[in-house]
Amino acid sequence: MLGTAPVETEPTCQITLGNLYDTPEGKRLLTCIQCGVCAGTCPYGDVMEYPPRKMIAMLRASLLEKVFTSESLLACVACYACMAKCPRDIRLTEVLLPLMKEQTLVHLPDLPAELKKALENTLRYGNPMGESSRKRAAWVKTADVPIRILSDYRQPVDVLWFVECYTSFYPRGQDNSRATAKLFHAIGSDFAILGNEEKCAGECGRLTWEPGLFETLTDYNMAVFQKYEFNRLVTSCPHAHNAFMNRYRKLGFWWELEHTVPYLARHLDRLKPMLKRKLNYTVTYHDPCCMGRYNDVYEEPRQLLMAIPGIKLAEMKHNRMNAVCCGGGGGGMWLDTYYKAKGYDRLSERRIKEAIATGADVLAVCCPYEVSRFEDALKVLGHDNRMIVRDVTELLAESLEV
Amino acid sequence: MKILVLLKMVPDVVEELEVAPDGKGLDLEFLRMILSEPDDHALEEALILKERYGGSVTVAALDAPDVDDVLYTALAKGADRVVKVADIEPGTTTRMAAAALSGVLRESTGLLPADLILTGSQAIDDLDGLIAPLLAHSLELPYVGIVTQVRADEAAKTATVIKEYPGGVRGEFETPLPVVLGIQSAEKPPRYVPVAKVRAAMKSQPIETAGALTAADAGGPLAELVAMNKPMVTGAAEMIEGSPEDIAGRLCGIFAERGVL
Amino acid sequence: MAGNIWVVAEQWRGEISEVSFELLALGREVADQLGVPLEAVLMAEGRKESAGALGKADVVLYADHSSLAEPIPDVCAEALVQLAQERRPRAILVALTNVSMGIGTLAAAKLSAPGINFCTDLKVADGRIEAQCVLYGGKMEATVTAHGEPAILGIWPGARSPEKGRATQAPAVEDVTVTLPEPRVRLKRYLEPEAGDIDISQQDALVAVGRGIQSKDNVALAEELAETLGGAICGSRPVIDQGWLPLSRQVGKSGLSVKPRLYVAAGVSGAPEHVEGMKNASLIVAINSDPQAPIFNVAHYGIVGDAMDVLPALTEAVRARKG
Repeated sequence: MLGTAPVETEPTCQITLGNLYDTPEGKRLLTCIQCGVCAGTCPYGDVMEYPPRKMIAMLRASLLEKVFTSESLLACVACYACMAKCPRDIRLTEVLLPLMKEQTLVHLPDLPAELKKALENTLRYGNPMGESSRKRAAWVKTADVPIRILSDYRQPVDVLWFVECYTSFYPRGQDNSRATAKLFHAIGSDFAILGNEEKCAGECGRLTWEPGLFETLTDYNMAVFQKYEFNRLVTSCPHAHNAFMNRYRKLGFWWELEHTVPYLARHLDRLKPMLKRKLNYTVTYHDPCCMGRYNDVYEEPRQLLMAIPGIKLAEMKHNRMNAVCCGGGGGGMWLDTYYKAKGYDRLSERRIKEAIATGADVLAVCCPYEVSRFEDALKVLGHDNRMIVRDVTELLAESLEV
Repeated sequence: MKILVLLKMVPDVVEELEVAPDGKGLDLEFLRMILSEPDDHALEEALILKERYGGSVTVAALDAPDVDDVLYTALAKGADRVVKVADIEPGTTTRMAAAALSGVLRESTGLLPADLILTGSQAIDDLDGLIAPLLAHSLELPYVGIVTQVRADEAAKTATVIKEYPGGVRGEFETPLPVVLGIQSAEKPPRYVPVAKVRAAMKSQPIETAGALTAADAGGPLAELVAMNKPMVTGAAEMIEGSPEDIAGRLCGIFAERGVL
Repeated sequence: MAGNIWVVAEQWRGEISEVSFELLALGREVADQLGVPLEAVLMAEGRKESAGALGKADVVLYADHSSLAEPIPDVCAEALVQLAQERRPRAILVALTNVSMGIGTLAAAKLSAPGINFCTDLKVADGRIEAQCVLYGGKMEATVTAHGEPAILGIWPGARSPEKGRATQAPAVEDVTVTLPEPRVRLKRYLEPEAGDIDISQQDALVAVGRGIQSKDNVALAEELAETLGGAICGSRPVIDQGWLPLSRQVGKSGLSVKPRLYVAAGVSGAPEHVEGMKNASLIVAINSDPQAPIFNVAHYGIVGDAMDVLPALTEAVRARKG
């Protein structure tokens, strides 16, 4: 079971289906007791032709080819639920599932168009939207506080703030970025961003089918990091955090690493006195898979929210380790049309129903994927008058009076 | 079945296009080139035809920045042979490129004869001509453009192609082989190929280079681009700003005024 | 006889296309400014009476041949070239439509004459013809001149209004002969589009979706607005190619031309191929996140923003107004 943040003892990026059984993870796979907790906890376990349990069975029966010629892996949203519950500590989401996704991409005759486009765009433009990289830092002009760009500033800084794609290009993501900048400035953080030099960290290329693409991005990003002097990398995106922690570390990424939420939580003593504006909201917090289940960051976001005057917290039925994924990981962000065509129930809608049931006014999140997914789900379910979605940073910035 | 595909790179409009200081072309500084989209469809259609009928797909592309990547990708997708037509200067027009291409096709070994010659129906920079009919003319072959489907009968040496017309109407044409086809869209969207496969192609498969020959029409360009400018947006749309609700309110007012509501 | 301005009149499935009148309007202006006659070239089989509609021209050169019954670019180009070699016009205007595409380029190649594509306007300056062209999907404009004659000019639909190209008086019609070899390209048949869907060209209000709406789901937002407005949805080519809407809903060069009272374009960039099909709508409102999108050149009102936010807000507001 996942109880602590994972520190891998073997370099998972070198595991292939060919050498799997020679590795400790491969040996763990052989100890699977076929209990089915993975399939039972998988949010799409009921629609997969081969849910995780069956995949392992097929692996051990040397019939894995059948799995990657099926569409099962398209329904895996890389939420770590199976891995978190496995009594044998099999690192499904870290090892077997990405390997399977890679093979599925190669064997599937028709990859869903939206996902294809996202991968092609990421390779060409460094972001899945297909926007020019020269527009990546355009949002900076709209921020209320000065934001240094390393290629111009060229001095050592404490924090390299890795903004990421959705938070750079999407209007709601830019709201988050402006809020984050405001907070960093308020606590006196010595930070800078890469600006147009920044490209996607590639996490969705790793867990989503395309190790070749991921390699292109890691090569690029590592080269860029090495140009500058900074102590730590702080990122708004849990998926990017994931990539840096689990893959980039093995490629020489030696800097300290934090997501904005634990970073701000660490500076709560400086921040709290400035949270003066009272926000009379009942907030329910959604634990993102990559920060929560995978990294045990459960209390820090709640601490931040409770530091805002007037906020009351209400927990959803499934919270902390049991949180239900928004459906954006593993490529899910670009598979909504595919899921709809298949008649799958949308995970973001499932989660919104739980959120509404708490009676809260605000759904707080801290992963950029979640804002658009949950706002969409609210609209679709007709609840957009009852509840709004806000990133934790947006709520903090709203309460901030410097 | 021997299929020849012709590709060229065009300016990527995702990047802001700027006019060069001399006012007669594009500013090259931030210009990125991308494979012309209909050419990508032509390649896909060729690969589909190879899967259907067997045979080989040869790709010839005009030299341009980043064209190597496109050729390796073509190999990774299943092309058998890729040739880069070198010595193409920046600023080569479509007409000049077609002349260079037809020279190379004739002189290089094994490119011609082909049963089917596919290329994109048109490109966004085809100011002075379209490659497909230009090539058809210089190779003295029949031509059909705006094609969305190809069936071939190698034994009878004929092809049946579907051409798109307005209003969703389509025309079914029969031509002898060989024929030059301008492909509008392939029967399926262009396939995805993993980066790893492209990298593998880079390591193991060669790009041949063929020299361009001087254009048959000597004596300067026939069409001269006197000036280039960004379109003026003035005198066009009246812009409405504000929150979605503000905008919606304003539009409703306009609709009511115009009797649409 | 030499030095005239020619317009190739497009005829397809028994009708003279609208675009022919647009070309006649433009050709008339150029011919008048140069002080030369305007001649229309009509290539067909057994359709001499159609020439009567082309009165904006001084003369119609009518070529009748069995191979010209339906326009096949290979064949039309060959006929045009023969006529041009005999009569040596100064410039030839050809439409850039699916029907006529290729004729201009082939003729230019055969005549070793200049060819200029993507023209949206022609001007006469110092006795020379200057073409205004669009490039890169509408992102740039270029002024181009030809060195040599005849200058073969590929004209985008929409350069002039067709009304300006119609005339009440009938032109003089001259029968011309062309010798054509057995055509290699043969039209077997036309395939009609799938029936059972609505005819968007009959709708008063259309909401169009383009690539910018990003996913099939967002089509529903457009659908809601369309319903509320009492109209229908349609789309640009990329949306149809992705399978988000059927072919019958395609607006543009390969689709339908529409003239509704209201056309709301959401996430449509405004590339010429699409604009061609909707430029005559009475009221055009465009929503696009790119302030440089060419659609803003043809729209009456523009909103730089996210269609996914504006469409639902607009649906609400319209509903409130009506209800």
